[in-house]
Amino acid sequence: MSTYQWDWGVVLQQVPESDEFYYQWLATGLGWTVATALSAWVIALLLGSLIGVLRTLPSKPLSFIGTAYVEIFRNIPLIVQLFIWYFVLPELLPTALGDWMKRDMPLPEFSTAVFGLGLFTAARVAEQVRTGILALPRGQKNAGLALGFTLGQTYRYVLLPMAYRIVIPPLTSEFMNIFKNSAVALAIGLTELTFQMKQITGDYAPANPIEVMTIVSALYLIVAFSVNRIMAFIEKKTRVPGYISGGK
Amino acid sequence: MFRKATLMMAAIGCAFSATAFAEDATSTLQKIKASGVINVGHRESSIPFSYLDDKQKPIGYSMDLCYKIVDAVKKELNMPGLKVNLVPVTSATRIPLMTNGTVDLECGSTSNLLERQKQVAFGVATYVAPVRMVVKAGTKIDSLDDLNGKAVVTTTGTTSDQLIRKNEKGMSIDVKNVYAKDHAESFLMVETGRADAFVMDEILLAGLIANSKNPKAFAIVGPTLRAEPYGIMLRKDDPTFKKVVDDTLKGVMKSGEINKLYQKWFLSPIPPKNINLNLPMSPELKNAIANPSDKGV
Repeated sequence: MSTYQWDWGVVLQQVPESDEFYYQWLATGLGWTVATALSAWVIALLLGSLIGVLRTLPSKPLSFIGTAYVEIFRNIPLIVQLFIWYFVLPELLPTALGDWMKRDMPLPEFSTAVFGLGLFTAARVAEQVRTGILALPRGQKNAGLALGFTLGQTYRYVLLPMAYRIVIPPLTSEFMNIFKNSAVALAIGLTELTFQMKQITGDYAPANPIEVMTIVSALYLIVAFSVNRIMAFIEKKTRVPGYISGGK
Repeated sequence: MFRKATLMMAAIGCAFSATAFAEDATSTLQKIKASGVINVGHRESSIPFSYLDDKQKPIGYSMDLCYKIVDAVKKELNMPGLKVNLVPVTSATRIPLMTNGTVDLECGSTSNLLERQKQVAFGVATYVAPVRMVVKAGTKIDSLDDLNGKAVVTTTGTTSDQLIRKNEKGMSIDVKNVYAKDHAESFLMVETGRADAFVMDEILLAGLIANSKNPKAFAIVGPTLRAEPYGIMLRKDDPTFKKVVDDTLKGVMKSGEINKLYQKWFLSPIPPKNINLNLPMSPELKNAIANPSDKGV
Protein backbone atom coordinates (compact mmCIF):
# COMPACT_ATOMS: atom_id res chain seq x y z
CA MET A 1 0.00 0.00 0.00
CA SER A 2 2.65 2.43 -1.00
CA THR A 3 1.35 5.97 -1.21
CA TYR A 4 4.76 7.56 -1.79
CA GLN A 5 4.44 10.41 -4.26
CA TRP A 6 7.41 10.13 -6.59
CA ASP A 7 8.79 13.39 -7.85
CA TRP A 8 12.15 13.24 -9.59
CA GLY A 9 11.95 16.94 -10.29
CA VAL A 10 12.39 17.60 -6.60
CA VAL A 11 16.07 18.51 -6.99
CA LEU A 12 15.18 21.22 -9.48
CA GLN A 13 12.95 22.94 -6.93
CA GLN A 14 13.85 26.13 -5.17
CA VAL A 15 14.75 25.90 -1.50
CA PRO A 16 11.81 27.47 0.35
CA GLU A 17 12.40 31.03 1.52
CA SER A 18 15.77 31.26 -0.20
CA ASP A 19 17.13 32.06 -3.64
CA GLU A 20 18.95 28.74 -3.92
CA PHE A 21 17.91 25.52 -5.59
CA TYR A 22 18.42 21.99 -4.27
CA TYR A 23 20.58 20.98 -7.25
CA GLN A 24 22.95 23.80 -6.30
CA TRP A 25 23.34 22.23 -2.87
CA LEU A 26 24.13 18.89 -4.47
CA ALA A 27 26.57 20.59 -6.85
CA THR A 28 28.51 22.32 -4.05
CA GLY A 29 28.42 19.04 -2.12
CA LEU A 30 29.88 17.19 -5.09
CA GLY A 31 32.52 19.92 -5.40
CA TRP A 32 33.64 19.49 -1.80
CA THR A 33 33.62 15.71 -2.15
CA VAL A 34 35.87 15.83 -5.20
CA ALA A 35 38.14 18.52 -3.71
CA THR A 36 38.50 16.59 -0.44
CA ALA A 37 39.18 13.26 -2.12
CA LEU A 38 41.71 14.66 -4.60
CA SER A 39 43.61 16.68 -1.98
CA ALA A 40 43.63 13.76 0.44
CA TRP A 41 44.83 11.48 -2.38
CA VAL A 42 47.89 13.68 -2.89
CA ILE A 43 48.80 13.26 0.79
CA ALA A 44 47.97 9.55 0.71
CA LEU A 45 50.07 8.86 -2.38
CA LEU A 46 53.13 10.84 -1.26
CA LEU A 47 53.13 9.82 2.38
CA GLY A 48 51.96 6.28 1.59
CA SER A 49 54.83 5.79 -0.86
CA LEU A 50 57.31 7.07 1.68
CA ILE A 51 55.99 4.80 4.45
CA GLY A 52 55.77 1.85 2.07
CA VAL A 53 59.39 2.30 1.05
CA LEU A 54 60.43 2.68 4.71
CA ARG A 55 58.98 -0.73 5.47
CA THR A 56 61.17 -2.37 2.82
CA LEU A 57 64.45 -0.72 3.87
CA PRO A 58 67.22 -2.75 5.52
CA SER A 59 67.31 -0.27 8.46
CA LYS A 60 65.41 -1.71 11.45
CA PRO A 61 64.44 1.63 13.09
CA LEU A 62 63.17 3.06 9.79
CA SER A 63 61.11 -0.01 8.95
CA PHE A 64 59.77 0.03 12.52
CA ILE A 65 58.54 3.61 12.05
CA GLY A 66 56.82 2.53 8.84
CA THR A 67 55.20 -0.48 10.50
CA ALA A 68 54.06 1.55 13.51
CA TYR A 69 52.46 4.15 11.24
CA VAL A 70 50.59 1.55 9.22
CA GLU A 71 49.32 -0.32 12.26
CA ILE A 72 48.13 2.82 14.06
CA PHE A 73 46.32 4.36 11.12
CA ARG A 74 44.95 1.13 9.74
CA ASN A 75 43.51 -0.16 13.00
CA ILE A 76 41.44 2.84 14.09
CA PRO A 77 38.16 3.48 12.26
CA LEU A 78 38.29 6.50 9.96
CA ILE A 79 35.38 8.25 11.66
CA VAL A 80 37.09 7.94 15.05
CA GLN A 81 40.29 9.37 13.57
CA LEU A 82 38.37 12.36 12.22
CA PHE A 83 36.75 12.93 15.62
CA ILE A 84 40.18 12.84 17.24
CA TRP A 85 41.67 15.38 14.81
CA TYR A 86 38.63 17.64 14.97
CA PHE A 87 37.35 17.48 18.55
CA VAL A 88 40.07 15.96 20.73
CA LEU A 89 43.30 17.46 19.38
CA PRO A 90 42.34 21.15 19.94
CA GLU A 91 41.50 20.35 23.59
CA LEU A 92 44.89 18.70 24.15
CA LEU A 93 46.98 21.45 22.58
CA PRO A 94 47.97 24.70 24.38
CA THR A 95 44.86 26.90 24.68
CA ALA A 96 45.99 29.53 22.18
CA LEU A 97 46.76 26.94 19.51
CA GLY A 98 43.58 25.01 20.24
CA ASP A 99 41.50 28.17 19.94
CA TRP A 100 43.21 29.00 16.68
CA MET A 101 42.31 25.55 15.35
CA LYS A 102 38.72 26.01 16.42
CA ARG A 103 38.15 29.59 15.32
CA ASP A 104 40.77 30.96 12.96
CA MET A 105 42.20 28.06 10.99
CA PRO A 106 41.21 28.48 7.33
CA LEU A 107 38.49 26.01 6.30
CA PRO A 108 38.77 23.94 9.51
CA GLU A 109 36.39 21.17 8.41
CA PHE A 110 37.94 20.85 4.97
CA SER A 111 41.56 20.88 6.14
CA THR A 112 40.82 18.41 8.92
CA ALA A 113 39.00 16.08 6.53
CA VAL A 114 41.79 16.24 3.93
CA PHE A 115 44.45 15.68 6.56
CA GLY A 116 42.56 12.87 8.36
CA LEU A 117 41.48 11.09 5.21
CA GLY A 118 44.95 11.50 3.68
CA LEU A 119 46.75 10.04 6.71
CA PHE A 120 44.28 7.15 6.93
CA THR A 121 44.55 6.28 3.25
CA ALA A 122 48.34 6.69 3.34
CA ALA A 123 48.54 3.63 5.62
CA ARG A 124 46.66 1.59 3.04
CA VAL A 125 48.67 2.95 0.08
CA ALA A 126 51.85 2.17 2.05
CA GLU A 127 50.91 -1.49 2.25
CA GLN A 128 50.25 -1.62 -1.47
CA VAL A 129 53.53 0.09 -2.37
CA ARG A 130 55.38 -2.26 -0.03
CA THR A 131 53.70 -5.28 -1.61
CA GLY A 132 54.65 -4.01 -5.07
CA ILE A 133 58.30 -3.66 -4.07
CA LEU A 134 58.37 -7.06 -2.38
CA ALA A 135 56.74 -8.67 -5.40
CA LEU A 136 59.76 -7.81 -7.56
CA PRO A 137 62.45 -10.49 -7.95
CA ARG A 138 65.19 -9.92 -5.39
CA GLY A 139 67.73 -9.91 -8.24
CA GLN A 140 66.47 -6.50 -9.43
CA LYS A 141 67.65 -4.74 -6.33
CA ASN A 142 70.98 -6.54 -6.41
CA ALA A 143 71.39 -5.76 -10.09
CA GLY A 144 70.78 -2.07 -9.40
CA LEU A 145 73.34 -2.02 -6.61
CA ALA A 146 75.81 -4.03 -8.70
CA LEU A 147 75.56 -1.42 -11.45
CA GLY A 148 76.87 1.12 -8.96
CA PHE A 149 73.54 2.75 -8.09
CA THR A 150 73.13 3.89 -4.51
CA LEU A 151 70.19 2.36 -2.60
CA GLY A 152 68.22 5.56 -3.28
CA GLN A 153 68.96 5.42 -6.99
CA THR A 154 68.04 1.72 -7.09
CA TYR A 155 64.62 2.55 -5.65
CA ARG A 156 64.17 5.56 -7.91
CA TYR A 157 65.26 4.01 -11.23
CA VAL A 158 64.76 0.27 -10.80
CA LEU A 159 62.34 -0.80 -8.07
CA LEU A 160 59.66 1.90 -7.81
CA PRO A 161 58.91 2.27 -11.53
CA MET A 162 58.10 -1.44 -11.70
CA ALA A 163 56.44 -1.64 -8.28
CA TYR A 164 53.99 1.19 -9.09
CA ARG A 165 52.99 -0.52 -12.32
CA ILE A 166 52.26 -3.76 -10.47
CA VAL A 167 50.06 -2.11 -7.85
CA ILE A 168 47.94 0.04 -10.14
CA PRO A 169 44.88 -2.26 -9.72
CA PRO A 170 44.82 -2.06 -5.88
CA LEU A 171 45.70 1.65 -6.04
CA THR A 172 42.68 2.09 -8.31
CA SER A 173 40.45 0.59 -5.63
CA GLU A 174 42.05 2.83 -3.03
CA PHE A 175 41.57 5.90 -5.21
CA MET A 176 37.90 4.98 -5.62
CA ASN A 177 37.66 4.33 -1.87
CA ILE A 178 38.92 7.78 -1.01
CA PHE A 179 35.97 9.33 -2.86
CA LYS A 180 33.52 7.08 -1.06
CA ASN A 181 35.27 7.43 2.32
CA SER A 182 35.14 11.22 2.03
CA ALA A 183 31.46 10.90 3.00
CA VAL A 184 32.67 10.41 6.57
CA ALA A 185 33.65 14.08 6.61
CA LEU A 186 30.01 14.96 7.17
CA ALA A 187 30.63 13.88 10.77
CA ILE A 188 32.79 16.96 11.29
CA GLY A 189 30.45 19.25 9.40
CA LEU A 190 32.05 19.42 5.96
CA THR A 191 29.21 20.21 3.57
CA GLU A 192 30.12 17.47 1.10
CA LEU A 193 27.74 15.39 -0.98
CA THR A 194 26.41 13.09 1.75
CA PHE A 195 26.01 16.09 4.04
CA GLN A 196 23.90 17.86 1.43
CA MET A 197 21.86 14.70 0.95
CA LYS A 198 21.16 14.57 4.68
CA GLN A 199 20.45 18.28 4.66
CA ILE A 200 17.80 17.89 1.96
CA THR A 201 16.30 14.63 3.25
CA GLY A 202 16.34 15.52 6.94
CA ASP A 203 13.91 17.87 8.55
CA TYR A 204 14.07 19.98 5.44
CA ALA A 205 11.26 20.11 2.98
CA PRO A 206 10.78 18.77 0.31
CA ALA A 207 9.52 15.48 1.62
CA ASN A 208 11.03 13.31 -1.13
CA PRO A 209 14.08 11.67 0.43
CA ILE A 210 14.18 8.57 -1.79
CA GLU A 211 14.74 10.51 -5.01
CA VAL A 212 17.51 12.59 -3.47
CA MET A 213 19.25 9.50 -2.04
CA THR A 214 19.06 7.78 -5.43
CA ILE A 215 20.50 10.78 -7.26
CA VAL A 216 23.34 11.04 -4.74
CA SER A 217 24.10 7.32 -5.13
CA ALA A 218 24.23 7.80 -8.89
CA LEU A 219 26.62 10.75 -8.49
CA TYR A 220 28.99 8.65 -6.35
CA LEU A 221 28.76 5.86 -8.91
CA ILE A 222 29.65 8.22 -11.75
CA VAL A 223 32.60 9.72 -9.86
CA ALA A 224 34.02 6.36 -8.73
CA PHE A 225 33.51 4.78 -12.13
CA SER A 226 35.29 7.70 -13.83
CA VAL A 227 38.24 7.20 -11.49
CA ASN A 228 38.21 3.52 -12.39
CA ARG A 229 38.33 4.30 -16.14
CA ILE A 230 41.07 6.92 -15.78
CA MET A 231 43.20 4.50 -13.78
CA ALA A 232 42.59 1.74 -16.35
CA PHE A 233 43.81 4.15 -19.02
CA ILE A 234 46.93 4.95 -17.00
CA GLU A 235 47.53 1.26 -16.45
CA LYS A 236 47.33 0.60 -20.18
CA LYS A 237 49.60 3.51 -21.09
CA THR A 238 52.30 2.67 -18.57
CA ARG A 239 52.36 -1.04 -19.30
CA VAL A 240 55.85 -2.47 -19.98
CA PRO A 241 55.47 -4.63 -23.10
CA GLY A 242 56.12 -8.27 -22.41
CA TYR A 243 56.54 -7.78 -18.67
CA ILE A 244 53.24 -6.81 -17.10
CA SER A 245 50.34 -7.98 -19.15
CA GLY A 246 47.62 -5.94 -17.48
CA GLY A 247 45.63 -9.07 -16.74
CA LYS A 248 44.62 -9.65 -20.34
CA MET B 1 31.65 -2.88 -20.96
CA PHE B 2 29.90 0.40 -21.58
CA ARG B 3 26.92 -1.35 -23.14
CA LYS B 4 26.61 -3.55 -20.11
CA ALA B 5 26.65 -0.51 -17.82
CA THR B 6 23.94 1.18 -19.87
CA LEU B 7 21.77 -1.93 -19.66
CA MET B 8 22.24 -2.04 -15.91
CA MET B 9 21.24 1.60 -15.59
CA ALA B 10 18.16 0.93 -17.67
CA ALA B 11 17.25 -1.99 -15.41
CA ILE B 12 17.58 0.16 -12.30
CA GLY B 13 15.48 2.84 -13.94
CA CYS B 14 12.73 0.33 -14.76
CA ALA B 15 12.69 -0.99 -11.20
CA PHE B 16 12.10 2.50 -9.90
CA SER B 17 9.46 3.53 -12.39
CA ALA B 18 7.58 0.30 -11.69
CA THR B 19 7.18 1.23 -8.04
CA ALA B 20 6.04 4.67 -9.12
CA PHE B 21 2.57 3.29 -9.84
CA ALA B 22 1.35 3.84 -6.32
CA GLU B 23 -1.45 1.53 -5.27
CA ASP B 24 -4.67 2.98 -3.97
CA ALA B 25 -4.56 3.91 -0.35
CA THR B 26 -6.55 1.39 1.66
CA SER B 27 -7.72 2.43 5.08
CA THR B 28 -5.20 2.02 7.86
CA LEU B 29 -7.94 0.64 10.11
CA GLN B 30 -8.69 -2.13 7.58
CA LYS B 31 -5.00 -2.92 7.36
CA ILE B 32 -4.70 -3.10 11.15
CA LYS B 33 -7.79 -5.29 11.41
CA ALA B 34 -6.53 -7.67 8.73
CA SER B 35 -3.04 -8.01 10.20
CA GLY B 36 -3.89 -7.80 13.91
CA VAL B 37 -0.91 -5.48 14.35
CA ILE B 38 -0.52 -1.72 14.63
CA ASN B 39 2.93 -0.45 13.67
CA VAL B 40 4.02 2.52 15.74
CA GLY B 41 7.06 4.48 14.59
CA HIS B 42 9.15 6.01 17.37
CA ARG B 43 12.35 8.06 17.65
CA GLU B 44 15.39 6.99 19.65
CA SER B 45 16.59 10.27 21.10
CA SER B 46 13.87 12.92 20.83
CA ILE B 47 13.71 13.73 24.53
CA PRO B 48 11.09 14.01 26.02
CA PHE B 49 8.81 13.22 23.08
CA SER B 50 9.98 9.81 22.00
CA TYR B 51 13.21 8.20 23.13
CA LEU B 52 14.68 5.02 24.55
CA ASP B 53 14.88 4.56 28.30
CA ASP B 54 17.61 2.55 30.05
CA LYS B 55 15.83 -0.67 29.05
CA GLN B 56 15.78 0.40 25.37
CA LYS B 57 12.01 0.81 25.56
CA PRO B 58 10.55 3.82 23.72
CA ILE B 59 8.92 6.28 26.12
CA GLY B 60 7.92 9.93 26.10
CA TYR B 61 5.16 12.49 25.76
CA SER B 62 4.36 11.53 22.14
CA MET B 63 4.47 7.83 23.03
CA ASP B 64 1.94 8.33 25.84
CA LEU B 65 -0.36 10.11 23.42
CA CYS B 66 0.14 7.38 20.81
CA TYR B 67 -0.78 4.65 23.28
CA LYS B 68 -4.04 6.51 23.87
CA ILE B 69 -4.66 6.37 20.11
CA VAL B 70 -3.79 2.65 20.13
CA ASP B 71 -6.39 2.14 22.89
CA ALA B 72 -8.95 3.99 20.79
CA VAL B 73 -8.12 1.79 17.78
CA LYS B 74 -8.55 -1.33 19.95
CA LYS B 75 -11.97 -0.09 21.00
CA GLU B 76 -12.96 0.97 17.48
CA LEU B 77 -12.02 -2.41 15.98
CA ASN B 78 -13.11 -4.33 19.06
CA MET B 79 -9.69 -6.00 19.21
CA PRO B 80 -8.46 -5.84 22.82
CA GLY B 81 -5.55 -8.15 21.95
CA LEU B 82 -4.23 -5.89 19.17
CA LYS B 83 -0.46 -6.27 18.93
CA VAL B 84 1.67 -3.11 18.99
CA ASN B 85 4.80 -3.32 16.87
CA LEU B 86 7.34 -0.61 17.68
CA VAL B 87 9.49 0.52 14.74
CA PRO B 88 12.41 2.94 15.19
CA VAL B 89 12.46 5.74 12.60
CA THR B 90 14.75 8.71 11.91
CA SER B 91 14.07 12.08 10.33
CA ALA B 92 15.19 10.68 6.98
CA THR B 93 13.22 7.42 7.11
CA ARG B 94 9.95 8.46 8.70
CA ILE B 95 8.21 9.65 5.52
CA PRO B 96 9.19 6.70 3.28
CA LEU B 97 8.33 4.23 6.07
CA MET B 98 4.97 5.91 6.55
CA THR B 99 4.09 6.03 2.86
CA ASN B 100 5.18 2.44 2.18
CA GLY B 101 3.05 1.12 5.03
CA THR B 102 5.80 0.06 7.45
CA VAL B 103 4.48 2.34 10.18
CA ASP B 104 0.87 3.38 10.74
CA LEU B 105 1.56 6.16 13.26
CA GLU B 106 4.72 8.18 13.77
CA CYS B 107 5.15 9.33 17.35
CA GLY B 108 8.10 11.65 17.60
CA SER B 109 8.77 15.35 17.28
CA THR B 110 7.83 15.92 13.67
CA SER B 111 6.95 19.44 12.60
CA ASN B 112 3.73 19.73 10.67
CA LEU B 113 5.03 21.39 7.50
CA LEU B 114 2.96 22.19 4.44
CA GLU B 115 5.59 20.52 2.22
CA ARG B 116 5.21 17.29 4.17
CA GLN B 117 1.42 17.40 3.83
CA LYS B 118 1.93 16.57 0.14
CA GLN B 119 3.10 13.14 1.33
CA VAL B 120 1.51 12.50 4.71
CA ALA B 121 -1.15 13.78 7.11
CA PHE B 122 -0.85 14.99 10.69
CA GLY B 123 -3.08 14.74 13.71
CA VAL B 124 -3.91 17.95 15.59
CA ALA B 125 -0.82 19.63 17.01
CA THR B 126 0.29 18.10 20.31
CA TYR B 127 3.13 20.52 20.96
CA VAL B 128 4.30 23.89 19.69
CA ALA B 129 8.05 24.33 19.56
CA PRO B 130 9.46 27.84 19.70
CA VAL B 131 12.81 28.05 17.92
CA ARG B 132 15.43 29.96 19.95
CA MET B 133 19.15 29.73 20.56
CA VAL B 134 21.51 28.43 23.19
CA VAL B 135 24.70 30.30 24.09
CA LYS B 136 27.26 30.04 26.86
CA ALA B 137 25.97 31.90 29.90
CA GLY B 138 27.59 35.29 30.26
CA THR B 139 28.26 35.89 26.56
CA LYS B 140 26.70 39.09 25.33
CA ILE B 141 24.27 37.52 22.89
CA ASP B 142 20.60 38.30 23.44
CA SER B 143 19.23 38.96 19.99
CA LEU B 144 19.87 38.04 16.38
CA ASP B 145 21.78 41.30 15.86
CA ASP B 146 24.33 40.12 18.40
CA LEU B 147 25.10 37.18 16.13
CA ASN B 148 26.80 39.49 13.64
CA GLY B 149 30.23 38.04 12.88
CA LYS B 150 29.61 35.08 15.19
CA ALA B 151 29.72 31.38 14.39
CA VAL B 152 26.34 29.66 14.51
CA VAL B 153 26.08 25.89 14.41
CA THR B 154 23.29 24.01 12.65
CA THR B 155 22.53 20.31 12.71
CA THR B 156 22.29 18.65 9.28
CA GLY B 157 18.79 18.32 8.00
CA THR B 158 17.14 20.71 10.42
CA THR B 159 14.83 23.59 9.75
CA SER B 160 16.74 26.08 11.87
CA ASP B 161 19.36 26.39 9.17
CA GLN B 162 16.66 27.67 6.85
CA LEU B 163 15.64 30.04 9.60
CA ILE B 164 19.14 31.44 9.99
CA ARG B 165 19.49 31.94 6.26
CA LYS B 166 16.19 33.76 6.16
CA ASN B 167 16.95 35.98 9.11
CA GLU B 168 20.53 36.50 8.14
CA LYS B 169 19.34 38.12 4.98
CA GLY B 170 16.39 39.98 6.43
CA MET B 171 18.45 41.55 9.15
CA SER B 172 21.58 41.97 7.04
CA ILE B 173 23.88 40.45 9.61
CA ASP B 174 26.85 38.34 8.70
CA VAL B 175 26.81 34.95 10.37
CA LYS B 176 29.42 32.24 9.96
CA ASN B 177 27.59 28.94 9.53
CA VAL B 178 29.18 25.81 10.89
CA TYR B 179 27.60 22.39 10.83
CA ALA B 180 27.34 19.29 12.95
CA LYS B 181 25.90 15.89 12.24
CA ASP B 182 23.48 15.73 15.19
CA HIS B 183 22.16 17.87 18.04
CA ALA B 184 24.58 16.45 20.60
CA GLU B 185 27.49 17.43 18.36
CA SER B 186 26.02 20.89 17.72
CA PHE B 187 25.81 21.40 21.46
CA LEU B 188 29.40 20.18 21.83
CA MET B 189 30.43 22.84 19.31
CA VAL B 190 29.00 25.52 21.61
CA GLU B 191 30.48 23.83 24.67
CA THR B 192 34.00 23.73 23.17
CA GLY B 193 33.78 27.24 21.74
CA ARG B 194 33.75 26.32 18.07
CA ALA B 195 30.37 27.99 17.73
CA ASP B 196 28.85 30.90 19.63
CA ALA B 197 25.23 29.87 19.29
CA PHE B 198 23.06 26.91 18.33
CA VAL B 199 19.61 27.73 16.98
CA MET B 200 17.09 24.97 17.60
CA ASP B 201 13.70 24.10 19.04
CA GLU B 202 13.75 25.36 22.62
CA ILE B 203 12.65 22.02 24.05
CA LEU B 204 15.56 20.16 22.44
CA LEU B 205 17.93 22.82 23.77
CA ALA B 206 16.48 22.42 27.25
CA GLY B 207 17.09 18.67 27.03
CA LEU B 208 20.70 19.16 25.96
CA ILE B 209 21.35 21.66 28.72
CA ALA B 210 19.74 19.46 31.36
CA ASN B 211 21.95 16.56 30.29
CA SER B 212 25.18 18.58 30.18
CA LYS B 213 27.88 18.43 32.84
CA ASN B 214 27.21 21.97 34.01
CA PRO B 215 23.69 23.15 33.09
CA LYS B 216 24.30 26.58 34.64
CA ALA B 217 26.97 27.31 32.02
CA PHE B 218 24.39 27.67 29.27
CA ALA B 219 21.45 29.94 28.59
CA ILE B 220 18.58 29.88 26.14
CA VAL B 221 18.26 33.40 24.75
CA GLY B 222 16.78 35.46 21.96
CA PRO B 223 13.33 35.86 20.50
CA THR B 224 11.18 33.06 19.16
CA LEU B 225 12.29 32.78 15.53
CA ARG B 226 9.39 30.55 14.66
CA ALA B 227 6.87 28.36 16.44
CA GLU B 228 6.54 24.92 14.86
CA PRO B 229 3.53 22.71 15.58
CA TYR B 230 4.54 19.09 16.22
CA GLY B 231 2.07 16.49 15.05
CA ILE B 232 1.60 12.74 15.12
CA MET B 233 2.07 11.62 11.53
CA LEU B 234 -0.23 9.28 9.63
CA ARG B 235 -0.97 8.38 6.01
CA LYS B 236 -2.72 10.85 3.77
CA ASP B 237 -6.29 10.52 2.51
CA ASP B 238 -7.45 8.21 5.28
CA PRO B 239 -10.34 10.09 6.94
CA THR B 240 -11.54 7.20 9.12
CA PHE B 241 -8.16 6.67 10.76
CA LYS B 242 -7.49 10.40 11.00
CA LYS B 243 -10.79 10.80 12.83
CA VAL B 244 -9.76 8.22 15.43
CA VAL B 245 -6.42 9.99 15.90
CA ASP B 246 -7.87 13.49 16.09
CA ASP B 247 -10.82 12.52 18.30
CA THR B 248 -8.48 10.81 20.76
CA LEU B 249 -6.13 13.78 20.91
CA LYS B 250 -8.96 16.31 21.19
CA GLY B 251 -10.45 14.19 23.99
CA VAL B 252 -7.16 14.24 25.90
CA MET B 253 -6.97 18.01 25.44
CA LYS B 254 -10.56 18.69 26.39
CA SER B 255 -10.48 16.55 29.53
CA GLY B 256 -7.36 18.33 30.74
CA GLU B 257 -5.51 15.05 30.82
CA ILE B 258 -2.90 16.68 28.57
CA ASN B 259 -1.88 18.92 31.48
CA LYS B 260 -1.01 15.84 33.51
CA LEU B 261 1.04 14.47 30.63
CA TYR B 262 2.77 17.84 30.24
CA GLN B 263 3.51 17.90 33.96
CA LYS B 264 4.91 14.37 33.74
CA TRP B 265 7.33 14.99 30.84
CA PHE B 266 8.21 18.68 30.98
CA LEU B 267 7.99 19.66 34.64
CA SER B 268 9.10 16.54 36.53
CA PRO B 269 12.27 14.45 36.62
CA ILE B 270 12.26 12.04 33.66
CA PRO B 271 14.21 8.87 32.91
CA PRO B 272 16.88 7.80 32.28
CA LYS B 273 18.83 10.38 34.32
CA ASN B 274 15.95 11.79 36.39
CA ILE B 275 16.50 15.26 35.03
CA ASN B 276 13.79 17.89 35.16
CA LEU B 277 13.53 19.88 31.92
CA ASN B 278 11.56 22.49 33.84
CA LEU B 279 9.92 24.09 30.84
CA PRO B 280 6.56 25.71 31.61
CA MET B 281 3.83 25.51 28.99
CA SER B 282 4.19 28.23 26.35
CA PRO B 283 1.25 30.50 25.43
CA GLU B 284 1.45 29.02 21.92
CA LEU B 285 0.90 25.50 23.24
CA LYS B 286 -1.92 26.63 25.55
CA ASN B 287 -3.59 28.11 22.51
CA ALA B 288 -3.03 24.92 20.47
CA ILE B 289 -4.66 22.89 23.24
CA ALA B 290 -7.63 25.25 23.52
CA ASN B 291 -8.10 25.28 19.73
CA PRO B 292 -6.90 21.93 18.34
CA SER B 293 -5.77 22.24 14.73
CA ASP B 294 -3.81 20.27 12.14
CA LYS B 295 -2.73 23.32 10.20
CA GLY B 296 0.86 23.16 8.95
CA VAL B 297 3.43 25.94 8.66
